[in-house]
Amino acid sequence: MIQIENLTKQYGSTTVVDRVSLCVERNSIAVIVGTSGSGKSTLLRMINRLVEPTSGRVLLDGADTRSEPAHLLRRRIGYAIQGHGLFPHRTVAENVATVPRLLGWPEDRIRARVSELLGIFQLDPALYAGAFPHQLSGGQQQRVGVARALAAEPGVLLMDEPFGALDPIIRAKAQEDLLAIQRRFGTTVVLVTHDMDEAFRLGHRVAVMSQGRVLQFDRPSVLLTQPADPFVARMTGISDRALRLLALTTAGEAAVPGSSAGPRVSASASLREVLSELLWSGATSATVLGEDGSARGQLDVAAILARGRP
Amino acid sequence: MELRLAITSHSARVDPLGLLLTAAAAAAWCCLPFVIFKSNRIMPGEPRALQAVLPPWGVIGLPAVLLLTAVVALGIADAKRRLIAALGAIVVLALAIAAAANALTPAGNRIVRVAPGAAFWVVLICLGLLATDAITRLRPRPLARVLLLAVCVGGGMLALRYGPFGNLSVMREYAVNAARFPLELRRHVLLAAGSLIAAVIVGLPLGILCHRTPRLRPPVLGTLGVIQTIPAIALFGILMAPLGALAGAVPAAAALGIRGIGAAPAAVALFLYSLLPIVANTVIGLRRVSQAAVEAARGMGMTARQVLARVELPLALPVILTGIRVVLVQNIGMVTVAALIGGGGLGTFVFQGIGQTAIDLVLLGAIPTVVLAFSGSVLLDALIEVLERTPSAGREAAA
Repeated sequence: MIQIENLTKQYGSTTVVDRVSLCVERNSIAVIVGTSGSGKSTLLRMINRLVEPTSGRVLLDGADTRSEPAHLLRRRIGYAIQGHGLFPHRTVAENVATVPRLLGWPEDRIRARVSELLGIFQLDPALYAGAFPHQLSGGQQQRVGVARALAAEPGVLLMDEPFGALDPIIRAKAQEDLLAIQRRFGTTVVLVTHDMDEAFRLGHRVAVMSQGRVLQFDRPSVLLTQPADPFVARMTGISDRALRLLALTTAGEAAVPGSSAGPRVSASASLREVLSELLWSGATSATVLGEDGSARGQLDVAAILARGRP
Repeated sequence: MELRLAITSHSARVDPLGLLLTAAAAAAWCCLPFVIFKSNRIMPGEPRALQAVLPPWGVIGLPAVLLLTAVVALGIADAKRRLIAALGAIVVLALAIAAAANALTPAGNRIVRVAPGAAFWVVLICLGLLATDAITRLRPRPLARVLLLAVCVGGGMLALRYGPFGNLSVMREYAVNAARFPLELRRHVLLAAGSLIAAVIVGLPLGILCHRTPRLRPPVLGTLGVIQTIPAIALFGILMAPLGALAGAVPAAAALGIRGIGAAPAAVALFLYSLLPIVANTVIGLRRVSQAAVEAARGMGMTARQVLARVELPLALPVILTGIRVVLVQNIGMVTVAALIGGGGLGTFVFQGIGQTAIDLVLLGAIPTVVLAFSGSVLLDALIEVLERTPSAGREAAA
């Protein structure tokens, strides 16, 4: 659990982060979203003390982060940034092994961990362990960056616009990978982005920042239906907020018993996707299929529309 | 149509560098003397015609070999054959000049001087360029280049030592100075390398400091830049007074050999000249390092020292080494001037030769200096390339 209490950062007379208090639950993903200059990166970097706060404090599982030297604290916290920041003169395996080496793990444990992580990130160790970063595609480099951040099994992972440099298709894949990894390891993730779609897709809770202040920190559906501030409403998108709300629920969650002659959709599809499918096919209801391909129920247009209202 | 194609492809096969070198060598061969004969070492020389001095095999053989080499240089693109032709021609040219010297020198006469003429030097330089161009085209690995250098320099030295070159004027001067030559050579290398090492020890941390503290950059680099513009002679003069005073005031300094003239001001001046390239290249090299990599290194828990040693310096190293290479070549050349203030080194021969109007003695100092600088440059280039094989920040930016 990460508790941020009254955290403030001032550079001279400029206040970049202004008395921010947040609590990120264990095993959850918190996304900090805001325009550039909102202070979101500074807030993130104060968690691992790349930026030292002017006042306030951060508690990691109850312990003040200032109770140990900053570099030791950082070795316990994963850190991934935009443009991956891989070391160009080190191989993929050496890059991933960075923090375990700093921690003095035995070589065989490091080797096993590197192989495991490369496997998880769909990078065949036989092909990629000895490769240099410039030999990889952008998506692969980014995956190595995240693998490196997770190498020492940190309880907390900080990510600063990690997918910002990727094209939309690879970014979507990277986001799915992150969700799967987070479920697998139960890592507590704090991720900074300026992309509201990314925030809604990844965040269990989303903090909207503007001018150094957190305006609202809540579940995506609450941000959409009960924005605490006109800025939050603007950020979450007034014109398509109904569709964004639909995107937060899956067909499986909304399905009711019964069957339909309409198109068949997957239970993991969002209501937004189901609605789009119904519009496209001209049908008024759809059959929802489970993972095994058997019918789990049905959904009609009225039921979907009802969920697009606050 | 086919005919035109054939013509264009044929004319494209004439090597432009080969054409240039052949033209230069041919012009020199026709207009300049090949051998100069002097009745003693300071008399003005008189040119001698090739057929007057060379035995029959040389009169026909040398031009034939040079012609053959010109044909290779003009028409054959294969780099290996070009290299063999150039090196072979160099050997034949050297044997010819030695034969000429031996033919012109009466047995037992140690007064006359036979020097290679301008045509010899121009042809030799053209052949050298042909050889280096061929080596460049072969793209040998760094180790192969160093080996090739060792073979060429070592072979040249052995040939001069045991070959038939004793009657050439430069070798005559060498014979007179044989006892001093190794000492001055050692002194030359020590002065150049010592001031370089001192400059690295001071310049590298200074460069790191300038990188860390941007405010320091303009004054430090500005001061070093101003030093760089002071002519060497003037800098020696400037240093004479304080070093002389130091030696006078501190007996221990005088005991260490520190004086207003001699090796001390030379070493100090070379050290000062060396600082700018090393500091400037350290700053540039560090600035070129990917900021994302540095940020990630800090974010993962490296200490400032670890970031420097494991990320910043390895990535900046090729640029820093380039600065060191510049300094090495610059120092080897500049040590020559140090002889003026009693610093010793190969420059001693150069300035003695100028004083005695004995051009052969000047060459005895100048030629080894050029060989030293060239060898140092090849060695460091090879080292830089080995380090660049492991990809650097520059390649990442290009990817």
